Amino acid sequence: MSDQHQNDNDNSIMKKPMTRRDVLRLAGTGGLGLLLGGGAIGSLFKIENNRKANAARTDATGSRVPFYGQHQAGITTPPQNFICFAAFDVTASGSKALQKLFKTWTAAAAAMAEGKQVGEESGNLNLPPVDTGESAGLNPSQLTITFGAGPSLFDDRFGLASKRPPSFKDLPAFNGEQLEPQWCGGDIGVQVCADDMQVAFHAVRNLARIARGTAVLRWVQEGFQRTAQADPTGGTPRNLLGFKDGTANPAVSSAQDMNKIVWAQSGDGASWMAGGSYMAVRRIRMRIEIWDRSSLKDQEDTFGRYRASGAPLGSKNEFDPVDLNQKDEKGNPMIPADSHVALARGDGSIQMLRRSYSYSGGIDSKTGQLDAGLLFISYQRDLFKQFVALQQKLSKSDRLNEYILHVGSAAFACFPGASKGGYIGDTLF
Amino acid sequence: MKYKVILPTGMLVASLIFSGCGQKENAEAEQTPPAAPAAADTSNASSADFSAAVEQYRTFAVEQCDLFVKETEKFTNAVKAGKLDEAKKLYAPARAYYERIEPVAEALGDLDPDIDARVNDVDAADWRGFHRIEKALWEDNTTAGQEGFADQLLKDAQLLRAKIETIDIDASLMVTGAVELLNEVSSSKVTGEEELYSHTDLYDFAANVEGADKIYEILKADLAKKDPDLEKEIGERFAALKQELDAFKKGDGYVDYTELKEDQIRKLSQNLDALAEPLSNMGKILGV
Repeated sequence: MSDQHQNDNDNSIMKKPMTRRDVLRLAGTGGLGLLLGGGAIGSLFKIENNRKANAARTDATGSRVPFYGQHQAGITTPPQNFICFAAFDVTASGSKALQKLFKTWTAAAAAMAEGKQVGEESGNLNLPPVDTGESAGLNPSQLTITFGAGPSLFDDRFGLASKRPPSFKDLPAFNGEQLEPQWCGGDIGVQVCADDMQVAFHAVRNLARIARGTAVLRWVQEGFQRTAQADPTGGTPRNLLGFKDGTANPAVSSAQDMNKIVWAQSGDGASWMAGGSYMAVRRIRMRIEIWDRSSLKDQEDTFGRYRASGAPLGSKNEFDPVDLNQKDEKGNPMIPADSHVALARGDGSIQMLRRSYSYSGGIDSKTGQLDAGLLFISYQRDLFKQFVALQQKLSKSDRLNEYILHVGSAAFACFPGASKGGYIGDTLF
Repeated sequence: MKYKVILPTGMLVASLIFSGCGQKENAEAEQTPPAAPAAADTSNASSADFSAAVEQYRTFAVEQCDLFVKETEKFTNAVKAGKLDEAKKLYAPARAYYERIEPVAEALGDLDPDIDARVNDVDAADWRGFHRIEKALWEDNTTAGQEGFADQLLKDAQLLRAKIETIDIDASLMVTGAVELLNEVSSSKVTGEEELYSHTDLYDFAANVEGADKIYEILKADLAKKDPDLEKEIGERFAALKQELDAFKKGDGYVDYTELKEDQIRKLSQNLDALAEPLSNMGKILGV
């Protein structure tokens, strides 16, 4: 958000009211796939920067995150408590119908981000209400709605084939994944996040309602992380395997870093994507029951970190640098080479912005086991050079693979932000 | 929980202070009142004259009801004569006349459950009508013991025909009736729950849609005056749904519900929702 960038120049952190939890939530949002790696080098600097970036939201906008701007909200926005992710398939044909959908969605999304209903009620008792109503009277709860186009949107249906960014296509198959069609793909992906689940659900429901006749829901996944009420100290969130999850995210306050890591640039091959970002989504089921009967030693060797403190094995504190060369008295590496942290960190050359949530999907009716895990989401400037390159490495050797299973997958080219009067996706048409 | 980040002292102090401020910030929820609706308009059909439309629909309903009685009689005769195959053949087509005007029948109180209740809709002792006989024909594969239910069904159908003359139809009933017909499809036909034993759900599906389409056809000129885009949209979506249904035609009727694949059912359901959404705004002709 441009507002945030402006705030970055203000060094007076004393002016930014912000919880420590906010700081760490921002710094430590991560995904099981790739995140536990980062060392602490620069992490203090990062925390300070994130504090400043995050302050923009509490200072100027209260419970609102501005919808319009240079970039879409919901990418560098500090992760809210809840997510409701919806993938749509477009059923109408022709780009006109698609444009109309994005225009209508933009107006509705901008209204909801302000805490307003999606349209004005006519008061005609013979008609259904325009808005479904369950968010009436609620504050917007940091609602963000982030739209992206799937690779399938660039087939021959909408005349967009020539617009497909050269680096944007379906994710390749990864070792060990067991993708289920009901959790994969989509012509359009919509990431809805808010600090209130009802507010988030309301947004998805109304977008789906507006789309009726033009697009249909393909899959929906809700997710959560621990809330401010549950952890007022603001510690790094833990994933459902019980480990602190995330430290290595780049600082969203650094425009330079974001331009390098997250935002597509005009010279990248698709000028309409300049200021947008490529999103990878993976529904990663955790083999909870198996994990729960693994010894603490196994669990810690799997992650390469201590469960209690989150510190790298052989170190004391969570944010201590990950030292892969440290050896125990027998000369073995303290952090196993195939541990998650060792592989995800690598040489530190691949970075991305992760924005994952835990999910719980009830039970697997076949086995009676819990269907729970991680809705991994990452944003990057280049899907293949960043997400795919790292995931290929992890899928081959990560010790964590014994306890997780990738069952869902999608990729979306998230549009640049819209300015008032424009609409999401307008640079594409 | 112990906080383990080592922060420079100044920063740590700062963040402790912020911690407090932040809590306060977070607690200050902004309240945005819901958009106040414009002055409520409760006017019904008074603002326009729908008497011609209402008469047209009444004629249609009576016609359908006449045919319903006639075809039901053929069906009940076959049941009573012990002609199992013939009864099975006549079952779904006879019901279609009823399904086209279901909201009208529902407005007549007890008649709908008497004619159309499914197995758990009413107390077991009161269960009669089409679905009672359906169970015997398909599940028990016999007409034996159904004679009484057949006689009662015909009497109930005739009673419906007699009462339909007296029903007070207005434009509001038509508008809500059209949506109700599609809601019927959405809640029981598209799921295969309506015809549990015969699996002739698509006959009912098509008949409900035809009934809604009839109402739209009658009101479409009025709607076009009020909102031409909506009128066009509804027309297009009726066409799309009917085209979708046509793919499942077999002989004079439709394929067995059990032959549908999951993705075909989903697509039918989505096309139905795509139609029902704009159709639910047809009430625009009634005011404002």
